[in-house]
Amino acid sequence: MTVQRVKFYQTGSFAVGNRLLDPAQRSTQARMDRANSITSGHRACQGCGEALAARYVLDAASRATDGQLVVVNATGCLEVFSTPYPESAWRVPWLHSLFGNAPAVASGVAAALRARGRTEIRVIGQGGDGGTVDIGFGALSGMFERNDDVLYVCYDNQAYMNTGVQRSGATPPAARTATTPAVGPQPGNTFGQGKSAPLVAMAHEIPYVATATVAGLRDLEAKVFRAMQLRGARYLHVLVPCPLGWGSGTGETIRLGRLAVETGLFPVFEAERGEVVAVTPIRRRLPVEEYLRPQRRYAHLFDPAVRSDVIERLQAMADRNVRRFHLEGKR
Amino acid sequence: MLSQIEGSRAVAEAVARCRPQVICAYPISPQTHIVEALSALVKSGRLTGCEYVNVESEFAAMSVAIGASAAGARAYTATASQGLLYMVEALYNAAGLGLPIVMTVANRAIGAPINIWNDHSDTMSQRDSGWIQLYAESNQDAVDLHVLAFRLAEELSTPVMVCMDGFVLTHAVEPVDLPDPSQVDAFLPALRPRQVLDPAEPVSIGAMVGPEAFTEVRYLAHLTQLRALDRIPVLARELRDVLGRGGTGLVDPYRCEDAETVVVALGSVLGTLKDTVDELRAEGVAVGVLGVTTFRPFPADALREALRRARRVVVLERAFAVGVGGVVSADIAAAMAGTPQRHYTVVAGLGGRPVTRDSLRSMIADAAADQLAPLTFLDLDHDLVRQATGGQP
Ligand SMILES: Cc1ncc(C[n+]2csc(CCOP(=O)(O)OP(=O)(O)O)c2C)c(N)n1
Ligand code: SF4
Ligand SMILES: [Mg+2]
Repeated sequence: MTVQRVKFYQTGSFAVGNRLLDPAQRSTQARMDRANSITSGHRACQGCGEALAARYVLDAASRATDGQLVVVNATGCLEVFSTPYPESAWRVPWLHSLFGNAPAVASGVAAALRARGRTEIRVIGQGGDGGTVDIGFGALSGMFERNDDVLYVCYDNQAYMNTGVQRSGATPPAARTATTPAVGPQPGNTFGQGKSAPLVAMAHEIPYVATATVAGLRDLEAKVFRAMQLRGARYLHVLVPCPLGWGSGTGETIRLGRLAVETGLFPVFEAERGEVVAVTPIRRRLPVEEYLRPQRRYAHLFDPAVRSDVIERLQAMADRNVRRFHLEGKR
Repeated sequence: MLSQIEGSRAVAEAVARCRPQVICAYPISPQTHIVEALSALVKSGRLTGCEYVNVESEFAAMSVAIGASAAGARAYTATASQGLLYMVEALYNAAGLGLPIVMTVANRAIGAPINIWNDHSDTMSQRDSGWIQLYAESNQDAVDLHVLAFRLAEELSTPVMVCMDGFVLTHAVEPVDLPDPSQVDAFLPALRPRQVLDPAEPVSIGAMVGPEAFTEVRYLAHLTQLRALDRIPVLARELRDVLGRGGTGLVDPYRCEDAETVVVALGSVLGTLKDTVDELRAEGVAVGVLGVTTFRPFPADALREALRRARRVVVLERAFAVGVGGVVSADIAAAMAGTPQRHYTVVAGLGGRPVTRDSLRSMIADAAADQLAPLTFLDLDHDLVRQATGGQP
């Protein structure tokens, strides 16, 4: 690998940290020979968390497998913004079939590689939260249950973004979407609905389940590396803020990812064979309000009047996560 | 060598000799015996180099086949009826992506009312999916058509379904001559995919195509099907040379030469029809049968040629387009437009109702006397209909 030497005057800067590390430990993105699995020039919105996460996931996976990778993509923003014919942003072998079948298509690729004696080539399936936790959930469960040799990555922006921000089974309570409008006595998405795909994945007792966010890109890379060391069905659920759907500033993507973690609303953990083996502890616990305020999808909780009743319910959800996943433990 | 074997097992043996690399299966009657036999062949080690994937739905079955085929493996699955409909979205996708998947459909009715018995409603509903459709008349036919199907699919890079009548063929035990593995190897070369997912040469498959090129993509799919019309007779002849038996691939005329009345049909009912025609011929009735082996692409020229001299054509339909009438008839009428020929549609054998020789005899007699209604339901129980309609006819 080509190594960039750290110049002395840089050592005081925050960004230099990566370059002080041993070359093998540095972020894949810092390497001159990174795969650029998804190249620039695609049509994602500015500040798209999904595009960022996909790039880190696939570049890390490429590095972990020495470029021996095939990617299967569900319909959704990631597919649409990356491949408007005759353009393609992908520099990995890439297949898009349908919205609800990416896990099964990935299983088929894995089966073909096994039959052809090419198991050094690894398979990644990927899709949005709608493609994963709703329409593709049967196929995902089948892939898990058969323990097919696939890493499936869900880029969770908490709604059907590609079709214009409609509610999915991963949309959080109170969030406004085009099909859970901020009107009536219970504005936004209903409480008591939705599912945790990572917990359901764990119930399949597959080798590896992990969550991550775009706020922890090194953590995300490390989890991809860990996943690629294992064989069998693996699941990675990445929270990816979406400026368009969340009504957030295009420069807020990383900060919102961090706030989702630090409020306790999005627990970051790893599980092996159905048991949690590691959690990312919250360094400095914040009230959920700090996460909600910058997002227009929650604007109805603050204007015209502050809906403390609703905010308290969301706070209770965060508190429960902290207790359940022991997020306030020691580092 | 002839063996006394169930149709499903014979098809499984034939498929195994085509050396599929990925088989995915989800059970539905009357397809089950095929995939059961294949699982035994793989598990026992008789079929090597093959991954057998038990999937959670037919939608997944076709999706696994899509992934496998795109990754360069010879992929096979089988289904029927509700299962075929459950995979429809993936069916169109496989065709659109030009993946050479081969699938057996054990033809069965579609509910409601739920009905496990044979007719052609399932595959006829998918005639526009972009899949080539071949219909087997007998179990021997079904076996040989599978060998043809893999070669055809891979040569044109397009999926092929082999349709065989559920129960009537799948569960019938009769003598079948299974092709020798060496014969299959002589006819079917190893898969050379048009495009494959390979890190050494990354391709993007399945891009989004807008108005500027979508029509052209569909047009190219049509050209591929037209090319199949040229290739099927050639491949059928080649297969005949290897096996020493078999049909011509597109249509199968039987005693049509001087026939005034020709009955057109697909699938196993052709056997009964041919027997009936033999009887009637002995009585001096100028009647013939035209079997349609290839229904998609539609062999319009071959049909025109075979039906040219007939005064009337009866299309015996094992499916029904509610609110319109015949499915096959519509295509035949279009192919024969401008001729003075009379055309009759007879809907028969829905949901497994037997199509008997007696009924066929009276149908042909009525047609020959031009007494047949343009749309007839063979053996319709008028009493039952009256009960349901409160006395209306
Ligand atoms: C069977 C089917 N139903 C619906 C659609 C329409 N559709 C395409 S993308 C999409 C939303 C995707 O949402 P998600 O999976 O969350 O991905 P995102 O765009 O948010 O990244 C929908 C509903 C479709 N393509 N296919
Ligand atoms: S709508 Fe959201 S997910 Fe889609 S491209 Fe824009 S920012 Fe990304
Ligand atoms: Mg989404």
